[in-house]
Amino acid sequence: MHTLTMPLSDEAIRSLRVGDSVALNGVMVTGRDTVHKWMVDTFIMKTRPPQGDDLEVYEAIKPLLAGSVIYHCGPVVSGLDTKQYRFVAAGPTTSIREEPYQGMVMEHFNIKGVIGKGGMGPKTLKACQEVPGVYLHAIGGAASLIAQTVTRVLGVYKYDFGVPEAMWVIEVKDFPAVVTMDSHGDSLHAVVEAYSKTVLQDLFTKA
Amino acid sequence: MQDLTESILELIRLASTDLPPDVEAKLRQSVEQEEPGSAARNALETILKNVELSRRNSTPICQDTGTPIFYVYHPEGWSTRKLRQQIEDAVVQATKKSYLRPNSVDSITGKNSGNNLGGSYFPSVHFEEVEGDTLTIELMLKGGGCENVGAQYSLPNDALGAGRDMAGVRKVVLDAVHQAQGQGCAPGILGVAIGGDRGTGYYSSKEVLYRKLDDHNSDPQLDALEGKLTEEANQLGIGPMGFGGKTTVLGTKITTLNRLPASFFVSVSYMCWAYRRRKMTVQDEQIQYS
Repeated sequence: MHTLTMPLSDEAIRSLRVGDSVALNGVMVTGRDTVHKWMVDTFIMKTRPPQGDDLEVYEAIKPLLAGSVIYHCGPVVSGLDTKQYRFVAAGPTTSIREEPYQGMVMEHFNIKGVIGKGGMGPKTLKACQEVPGVYLHAIGGAASLIAQTVTRVLGVYKYDFGVPEAMWVIEVKDFPAVVTMDSHGDSLHAVVEAYSKTVLQDLFTKA
Repeated sequence: MQDLTESILELIRLASTDLPPDVEAKLRQSVEQEEPGSAARNALETILKNVELSRRNSTPICQDTGTPIFYVYHPEGWSTRKLRQQIEDAVVQATKKSYLRPNSVDSITGKNSGNNLGGSYFPSVHFEEVEGDTLTIELMLKGGGCENVGAQYSLPNDALGAGRDMAGVRKVVLDAVHQAQGQGCAPGILGVAIGGDRGTGYYSSKEVLYRKLDDHNSDPQLDALEGKLTEEANQLGIGPMGFGGKTTVLGTKITTLNRLPASFFVSVSYMCWAYRRRKMTVQDEQIQYS
């Protein structure tokens, strides 16, 4: 078990290998489909001009993301009326949808870790080697259990994206995950995909 | 007409927070099949801990409380308009109580309605009039991750060498499991509809998921295919969460529909391990949950 505290050093990242269990501590930010597209369109590819509070949010999240972790998660949050936010259920969402964006977002914000489920593809794996960074797999559906590791909700950006799509700034204690893509070019997902493909082809030759 | 809003709210709470016994039992069996200390076994153990915690604290098993899909089987004389209103009221209350995440998003503006309502398809409610005097409401919460890996094949499929027969059905279903990898939160449950049109195929592939995991198909040929597909899918080695392992699929349920001469669809709905489905019955104003 590797106990990690954000922000993460390059050395800490390079020491992680596929299969390692980690416990994360410190501050991370949630971000999923709408956030990744917004980041790339507005600040990286610049295909849309900043609007509303975009620039203000950009300046606020930059220091939070630098060296830290983005969590693919759309939580269930209580206290929405009073703004006394508490995470009730907060497991990972499927990461592959961010594959078109993730590498660019990691490079741009110097994000060292991506937490999600289901794994990601070659573009993200390349970014993991270059930034360097890791992909951390949390247990999909283990939402109540993971929510208990969220000790505080420090704030929220882009609430107008909706509760699941907003960027929630959270403090975590011993958040559990497994390294499934590392900074050395290894991916458990690529291995399992290739193996299952061989079995599938073998099954296809039988009745 | 009886007001069922409070009872439907309880149905939603149960579905979101209390995994059905047949699913939990299957997960417990699966743990024993994975190697001690493996990522697969750890994943299943974490899943079971979460199941217990969610039940104890009445919190959602998974944060993606999905599309609430209601199938209502009502005796003659019930107003489906009023029932839909009561279902919607219960859904709004369940969202306020954090049993459901606000999940209904306008596809053009991206705006989340905040209360899980939106148009006539959210929540998804199907009505059917039945004989007798028992009203039955079945609810399934199906998350987006597993919904995204559902697949529909039009046979013949040349690339897979799948023709219009049971051997072809087998190939495309196994292909769907392979394509899904761990992304639909394996171990999954497969709802398969053979035939129909594109709409009715998917509809039925979800409806068949209301069956119990350990039951048997009344058609011996389909029953055998269900067993074979589950067994072969588990040979793929995708495992819980796609970590590799023996447990890729917990079960397969198959139904058939008549088709057009020109069409032969196989529709696969992939349900995640968090197979949240609950049933309530109303008879003589007595309400029972299962």
